[in-house]
Amino acid sequence: MRRGARVIGLGGLAALLVLWGPALLRSGTEPARAGRRAFRVEASATAFRPAVLELQPGDSVAIELVATDVVHGLLIEGYGLSVTAEPGRPGRLAFVADRPGSFRLRCSVTCGPLHPFVVGRLDVGPIWLLWRGVTLALVVAFLGLWVVRR
Amino acid sequence: MRSVELTRVGPVKWLVSSRWPQLVVTALLLGGLLLAIVAGLAGTPVGNRNFAIVGVWIAWWAALMLIAVPLFGRAWCGVCPVGAVGDWLQRGAILEPSGSRFGLGLHWPRALRNLWLQNGAFAALALVSVVILTHPRVTGWLLLALPVAAVVTSLVFERRTFCRYLCPVGGFIGLYSQLAPVELRVKDRRICAGHRNKTCYTGSPAGAGCPWLVYPGALDRNSYCGLCMECVRTCPYDNVAVNRRWFGADVAASRAVHLDEAFKAFLMLGSAIAYSAVLLGPWGGLKAAAHAVGSGAWFAYAAAFLAFAVGVVPGAFFVAAWISRAVGAPLLSVRQTFLRYTPVVVPLGLTAWIAFSLSFVFANFAYVWPVLSDPMGRGWNLIGTVDTAWSPYLATITPGLQVGVLLVGLAWATGAALRVAKTAVPDGATTAQAIPIVAFCLLATVGLMGLLVG
Repeated sequence: MRRGARVIGLGGLAALLVLWGPALLRSGTEPARAGRRAFRVEASATAFRPAVLELQPGDSVAIELVATDVVHGLLIEGYGLSVTAEPGRPGRLAFVADRPGSFRLRCSVTCGPLHPFVVGRLDVGPIWLLWRGVTLALVVAFLGLWVVRR
Repeated sequence: MRSVELTRVGPVKWLVSSRWPQLVVTALLLGGLLLAIVAGLAGTPVGNRNFAIVGVWIAWWAALMLIAVPLFGRAWCGVCPVGAVGDWLQRGAILEPSGSRFGLGLHWPRALRNLWLQNGAFAALALVSVVILTHPRVTGWLLLALPVAAVVTSLVFERRTFCRYLCPVGGFIGLYSQLAPVELRVKDRRICAGHRNKTCYTGSPAGAGCPWLVYPGALDRNSYCGLCMECVRTCPYDNVAVNRRWFGADVAASRAVHLDEAFKAFLMLGSAIAYSAVLLGPWGGLKAAAHAVGSGAWFAYAAAFLAFAVGVVPGAFFVAAWISRAVGAPLLSVRQTFLRYTPVVVPLGLTAWIAFSLSFVFANFAYVWPVLSDPMGRGWNLIGTVDTAWSPYLATITPGLQVGVLLVGLAWATGAALRVAKTAVPDGATTAQAIPIVAFCLLATVGLMGLLVG
């Protein structure tokens, strides 16, 4: 019984280390360097391309939104910023990525049937919410097993 | 937590015994359904300006998945307008307990008295759901087809056969109603056993026999009770109660389910994961394929969707059950182990659907206000809200909420798995047996987190 509890506990600890270790090491040895980043984002009836923009906290960002078919918009949730573009007339957006995390990009101008699902992602630094969620999920599972074991 | 009889409270008793409140709500919802049909078929083709899309797939869906099903189980079925018209026709009455009966009243074929048709209907709709969700005309035709099918069925078959065996929405509401903190049960089974006439099932001048083809005296879970409250009205001994109980009491009872019920659970969980990837993921090609119904890309998408929802997901769970049996309970067959553990995925599935819904419901709820003023998209401004600008609601907290909801589902499922393991294995192998099942739940949870907030 005790051995089993130990195995479960060690398993949980190992999982935590695997999940958090690399991130902690990286944050300790490689401080994120803010810089200038420029993206050309093409918006179509189904998606943004590229759909995922990866940044470091503090980056100065310039986004050029290009509408490939009809009028499109790009709204960055969490930042409250948006820009629109018409075919042949790109829209431009400049900002400083001062809020870390993962933020959804959405088309803000009705562009067709799939408009509500024209989405993308702006990742500023590591997606800590995801890793914390995964860690907590492991904790929940191991805790459940541990409680029963006892 | 012991259940508490809500119908002891006077106003609650009146609410469920009187036909008026139910009729008023159903009539209002019928009006909404008719408006959605008209808007869908004759309104603007722009989805986020049409009541058929915004009213049904954003407002109604939000109310159903975030409030009605988790908190009130099948309460929606009790007031659903889709089956109501057929019910009224069949009974020859709207408010009165019963009138002259109308229709052939045939029994539903015994071979079809299961969830397979509902599973098939849901899967068929799931494959074309991207078109349904985005095209008002398609939604309009679907909303028209459902009550027509319900009426036709009610004229041929007895009672609410459509709701019980055919409605694609009723199947998953029934599945997740097992988790709701509300139930309808008899107070004392001995009274039912001694009651010769069984008016709750056969009917009486006070009301119809159970429209859902359920004998209330044997009810032990919510899945098939439509909460129409007829049995409350027809029981001469006042022996039927609506109770408040702990969340998930039906799942906690740790009983094995039938194969059709198991596949319903896996189809729903698999669909929630697939929708999270298709609709909320960044993959435009996937959305385009799902939208191009009839094309080669769509057939490939449909095959992949089905393979995942009814192949990969239950297959992975079957492997987990096989390992679980190998380490803990060789007395049960693999199939029995699989079916015994299947209720574990019910809380996982509900929370997956809630987490998925949070994302697009909050993001798109702002479309409701303009549509209330202009349901057809004709340039009206009935209540002065047509110019309300779109902006996502709760954008900063939604990802955290989704993670929290998924964690609750995992904790719930883990608890359920351990409970099943405890009852299935008399010796000390409980934890070992539960590990593969918990690992499956963990994998599904982490996968969903990756899709929704990653």
